[in-house]
Amino acid sequence: MKKLLLLVVASIFAMGQTFAQGTQEQTPQKPTITVCYRDAGLGEQETMYKWIKSAYDKWDKKDQVNLDIAPITASEGDYFTKIALQLADSKTCPDLVDEDTFQLPNDVEAGYLSNLDDLVKTYDDWQNGKYYGTMKQVVTYKGSVYGIPYCTDTRGLWYDRQILQDAGVIKAGEEWQPASWADVFSACEKVKANRPDVVPFWCNVGVATGEATSMQTYEMLLYGTGERLLDQNGKWIVSSKGMRDTLQFLQDVYVNKGYGPSLDLVLNGQAANTAFRQYFPAHKLAIALDGCWKCGNWKATGPAPVADYEHIFGFAKMPTQTGNNGGSITLSGGNAFSIPENADQKQWAFEFLKQLMDPEGGYLDSIIAQGNICTRTDILDVPQYANQPYFRLATKLLETAAFRPQNDQYPSVSTCIQTMVESVVSGTSIQDAIDQYGKDVTRIVGASNVVSLT
Amino acid sequence: MPHTKSSRFARELRQSVLLTPSLLLLVVFFIVPIILTVYYSFTNLALTGANAKNFHFVGLYNYQTIFSDPKMWQSIKATLIFLFGSLAGQSILGFFIAYFMKKKNRVFRSVVGPCILAGWVMPEIVVALCCFAFYDTMGTANAFLSLFHIAPIPWLYKHPMLTVVLANIWHGTAFSMLTYQSALDNVSEDIEEAALVDGASRRQTLVKIILPCIKETIATNTMLNTLQTLGVFSLIWAMTGGGPGTATMTMPIYMYNQGLKNYQLGQGTAIGMILLLIGALCSIIYMYLLKPEKA
Repeated sequence: MKKLLLLVVASIFAMGQTFAQGTQEQTPQKPTITVCYRDAGLGEQETMYKWIKSAYDKWDKKDQVNLDIAPITASEGDYFTKIALQLADSKTCPDLVDEDTFQLPNDVEAGYLSNLDDLVKTYDDWQNGKYYGTMKQVVTYKGSVYGIPYCTDTRGLWYDRQILQDAGVIKAGEEWQPASWADVFSACEKVKANRPDVVPFWCNVGVATGEATSMQTYEMLLYGTGERLLDQNGKWIVSSKGMRDTLQFLQDVYVNKGYGPSLDLVLNGQAANTAFRQYFPAHKLAIALDGCWKCGNWKATGPAPVADYEHIFGFAKMPTQTGNNGGSITLSGGNAFSIPENADQKQWAFEFLKQLMDPEGGYLDSIIAQGNICTRTDILDVPQYANQPYFRLATKLLETAAFRPQNDQYPSVSTCIQTMVESVVSGTSIQDAIDQYGKDVTRIVGASNVVSLT
Repeated sequence: MPHTKSSRFARELRQSVLLTPSLLLLVVFFIVPIILTVYYSFTNLALTGANAKNFHFVGLYNYQTIFSDPKMWQSIKATLIFLFGSLAGQSILGFFIAYFMKKKNRVFRSVVGPCILAGWVMPEIVVALCCFAFYDTMGTANAFLSLFHIAPIPWLYKHPMLTVVLANIWHGTAFSMLTYQSALDNVSEDIEEAALVDGASRRQTLVKIILPCIKETIATNTMLNTLQTLGVFSLIWAMTGGGPGTATMTMPIYMYNQGLKNYQLGQGTAIGMILLLIGALCSIIYMYLLKPEKA
């Protein structure tokens, strides 16, 4: 029996070997680089797809390398989970991965990402100041570079000019700029009274919208109260007045005052698309708190083109709670391309990354289509880029922008924020939600790393 | 004697060799993962972050934190509602469909049967998609209600547990129907006729004669449905994502949230272990209930 067993085992191993050899033999001839990013459901119409495809088509080395565009079609929250699973296994690992920069510390600590220090030494644009110093900081963790940042962003209030005029909030030709949260609510109240057919206010509050709920909504409000997620000693704040005020704002919008859309529209992964691709173009939404890149939806190259959109929709700074602390608040994040530790074509991946980031290679067109702010200094003055609508305000906001904690626990804490926010808008009391948040965060970071402020 | 002994040995050897492949498969795909799950549930393994690389043994920490988490109790409550709602719906509907179809003609049976089977043969995720389209605020259910001038109801948000239970009943009824059909076919018509002759009403025949005859089938069916329902994930995940809030967060969803969405794999596997124990406990109870009948 032992002999037969050995035979069976040996033959299984032999089969494995032949398979392994089969794949190994192919690679030296013409390597394939796999690029992974999040597809929100548009397939080949996705801005990222068009960018990667056109960069490859224009690449002078494309005859030597194959390209495999392998997006993950998922909601924002699920994307990070799937990425972590892919990066952990060398068989499924892509060669280039699109990372939200807040995930970098986390994935570096897990050993998922390659240290790019040696590669950027040979990258002239990186060495010659073609990238913003602040953006280089965002992708640097413990002194080493782990990604090439391709976009950054700011956040604020999108509004429909006509609706706010009809409601008597602004006069024709005026720009709207609320000075405090109370101003935002009074505008909502007027919209509700004068235009009952439209949704007054929209912000991401679902678990399904993932980081958008944490950053575009919760942190924009919390930072506006003057508080932050961590105190000066680096401890996570699990109870505070700022948190209660923030959740009160959201409870007012969705529960008490009924300014928000119905929950079935906002608690799913498509929520932001519903707002910007359906409600805004159909003039059924007055104000939305979201990222500056959302105008990319309305461009001729976008998924929901709106002619003359810059005159139809406005972009305002998000006021702080009472108008203190500089009057307005914005958060800035951004995305970067990283090379996973398990990638098998690191050198080629970096070569292709340089091509992607080349303004001639499609980067310029892509950053404009994305509606994002570029990370390169050398295309600032290209008229095509500089003359985009909203661009001046969005970039100006960058000067005073706040950032998320660069902390490898943040992504886990962020999911607790999303749960807390969703539970409040679905009817849980603010105190219960905060208590649960305190328990969840304590469990992740440990009791010695949290602090309760009255 | 030595001759027979050696031939018996040869036979056993042959049998064991033939068993090897299935044993190997079982070890690789079932035993090892379970042992790993048990092990991971005592570690602080994470999906990403420092604990993904250097995880270590943390004893009962995961179990302590889970049982002190109110979400655990919410998820147990949700699991029980989902379980008993589905069980009741599937068994009762399945039984009565089988019962009323029993003496109908072949044409009727061959039309109704496949209609109910349709919900069962579909993969769970397709069922979820169909039900989502049906119960969505802009979906078929509300379109139908609007014919009677009833304002649209956001089913998935106002009555999330009800909708997922209904979806699971739709998905699972056919299985109960099939088991009851074969059980009812085995109930001798003589007994039923005898009861009728003795003056028993139809209801009395059902309760006093038929049900006791198929008692074992009821128990088996309930056990299989329980184990199946405890493991339902994609149906709920695709329809409500476990929300809104924690309204439909059954234990598999809670496990997924802790393990994969919050990146705390260790805690996720600990919840998986608890789920495994609940399933095992249910099977033992049902098996115990079944045994006296056989004796």
